[in-house]
Amino acid sequence: MTRPMGARGSAAVPVRRPMHAAPDVRQHHARAVGAPPKQRSQRQRRRRRIRSKYLPYLLVAPAVVLEIGIHVVPMLVGVWMSLLELTQFHIQDWSTAPFVGIDNYAATVNFHSETGKALLKSFGITVLYTSLSVFLSWLFGLSAAVFMQRPFKGRALLRTLFLTPYALPVYAAVITWGFLFQRDTGLINHVLVDQLGLVDGERPFWLIGENSFWALLIVSVWRTWPFALLCITAGLQNVSTEMYEAAAIDGAGFWRRLSSVTLPSLRPVNQVLLLVLFLWTFNDFNTPYVLFGGSAPPEADLISIHIYNSSFSTWDFGMGSAMSVVLLLFLLLVTAVYLMITNRRRIHA
Amino acid sequence: MAAALLTGSLAACGEPVADAKTLTYWASNQGSSLEFDKQTLAPVLERFEQQTGIHVKVEVVPWSDLLNRLLAAATSGRGPDVVNIGNTWSASLQATNALISFDPQAFDRIGGKDRFVPAALAAAGAPGKAPAAVPLYSLSYALYYNKQMFADAGISKPPATWEELVEVGKKLTNGKQWGLAIEGANPSENAHHAFTFSQQYGGEWFDVSGKPTFDTDQNVAAIKRYIDLMAVDKIVNPSNAEYAKNESLSDFANRKAAMLLWQAAGSAFQAQGMSPEEYGIAQVPFPANPPAGGKKVNSMVAGINIAVFRHSRNLEGAMEFVKFMTSDAEQVALNKVYGSLPSVKAALADPAFAAPEQKVLAEVLNSTASPLPQVTTESQFETLVGAVMKEQFANAANGKPITAAAIRAKLKAVEQRMKG
Repeated sequence: MTRPMGARGSAAVPVRRPMHAAPDVRQHHARAVGAPPKQRSQRQRRRRRIRSKYLPYLLVAPAVVLEIGIHVVPMLVGVWMSLLELTQFHIQDWSTAPFVGIDNYAATVNFHSETGKALLKSFGITVLYTSLSVFLSWLFGLSAAVFMQRPFKGRALLRTLFLTPYALPVYAAVITWGFLFQRDTGLINHVLVDQLGLVDGERPFWLIGENSFWALLIVSVWRTWPFALLCITAGLQNVSTEMYEAAAIDGAGFWRRLSSVTLPSLRPVNQVLLLVLFLWTFNDFNTPYVLFGGSAPPEADLISIHIYNSSFSTWDFGMGSAMSVVLLLFLLLVTAVYLMITNRRRIHA
Repeated sequence: MAAALLTGSLAACGEPVADAKTLTYWASNQGSSLEFDKQTLAPVLERFEQQTGIHVKVEVVPWSDLLNRLLAAATSGRGPDVVNIGNTWSASLQATNALISFDPQAFDRIGGKDRFVPAALAAAGAPGKAPAAVPLYSLSYALYYNKQMFADAGISKPPATWEELVEVGKKLTNGKQWGLAIEGANPSENAHHAFTFSQQYGGEWFDVSGKPTFDTDQNVAAIKRYIDLMAVDKIVNPSNAEYAKNESLSDFANRKAAMLLWQAAGSAFQAQGMSPEEYGIAQVPFPANPPAGGKKVNSMVAGINIAVFRHSRNLEGAMEFVKFMTSDAEQVALNKVYGSLPSVKAALADPAFAAPEQKVLAEVLNSTASPLPQVTTESQFETLVGAVMKEQFANAANGKPITAAAIRAKLKAVEQRMKG
């Protein structure tokens, strides 16, 4: 750095000062420093290079700061908590909480202990629930989007109608589902049992027992599929009609067009959509919490509720954090493997 | 996620108020709605401001949020000065050391320890320690019964034993109505009954050192007795297995069930259109032949305590407010509206608490009520054992047999989870 300080200062001036004042000031500075013209132009070029080198970082900085503040710091705090015996005795002053190292993790993944067994069972239920919910939401979204691809009368109305669940506040919607699923007074049983007579004998329960899993799945799909519809509809806008015309000339039927034109064109959309749906559904807390209250039936004991109960109801935040971190690692692993596989396939394709 | 939730709720807390002329007060939801409570408290707080010049900012916090909000306030050292707490949380919150202890000096500042009803004071912290709170509203369980239904079935007096309750329950159960309504999917309600039954069967949920003793014969028998009201005696509508939002209270008020075990339900019945003449109140039954070691307990000491956060910037004012809220006059005024009982002896003498309902509740509270175990893991007991019972009710409702062995296995499993 052999440049005099004054010259560096002048670089900032034209940017900060009002435009009309800039040339004068720059000249004045240049004269004061006494730099020959040739040197000046070289310096300007270097300055521009430096500016363009830092500009991207500058633009990204606010996002990075917020990302660190909102996501990374709480995550690291969570990791720290998971290494402590953080019970009600210590929550007021975390420094007094005994450092237990990986004890919480050992209890979490010790599948012979009751804590580990319960977590594993909850994990299994969540995997099944997520797979079914994501697949069904995607399937419904794709079907609806494809059928509404060509303009017809009332298409806008139908699209709006289909998107309603996505626009409703989750609490109000799920509370309503809770009413619908009630055994004696709910609409579901009224239709199934009283009007259609589909059920022999006793009225079924939906909010407790084995059916509670299916009740939860129905609400989840109902809430999620409009988002799939939205994304796939947007993705279909980019499929050129020429490809469909060419396919039609080649004599391709509906299924052939779907598998050879629509689905391959949607691949980038689907790749992101499925991942996002998976992560959202796996972590979904509101739906089960509002539908069942704090205590979910064992058949529908999703991992988010399970962890909530392990930390808030039992006041053991260290254990809850350890479970959260294990969950986080699992989701990171799934995401990484998924992206690796789908990206490789795209390159090969 | 726990961290995210904690940080999330931290952000929701207000800044502590530094001046001596304001207080922040979190009230629990005692009436039919948050708005109702706000209106009930407004004139009370105005009187306090007139007397002391201290303005109280009140927020009525729903029960579903209160404990989490308290935990967040304890963690962050920010939030309210004075709070209401469920009295069963006293020992757990005491352990956080976030609340001031009511040692003799603190009691002197609010008018002395002797003013309070001893049973209520026993549910304000771990035994042998200075209480972490003082009682504000007191409640106990009672048996509510529909007089007309009893008369129609030719029953002259309410059951005094569980055997009698089953017998009259069967008479009262027909195509239109059921003998008893139960809040089967509500873990807390379940746990409260688990406590009472266990006491009557001579059991304990925790030993003297505070360690859980869940899977004892007495506790298994206690839970089985309660579940069997639906599973074996069939005097409870199986639908009650999914009740968690006070539907059993509605069933009773809407004449779908003849009996209900509840705490101070009168004002809620009124809100649902059932007048006080329509129902009678009796004590919760006992077993006809008490098992060995069985205790004469037929209710928990239920109630709400008032506590002061150590982090308060206006401790003087906070103590002044506790003194005011537990004064005879305000105790009468508030408990009258909420249908609960005063926690100070002098206020209990007021004619407002001579109604049949309050008389029964007071009788129970003074003689046969016992506090839930004042141990730091009490809320775990409610969550875990309450959930086991919810699952058993679900099995009973679906026609699966309820066995002592299955209950024991479940209790054993949750006991191990408590130990980590």
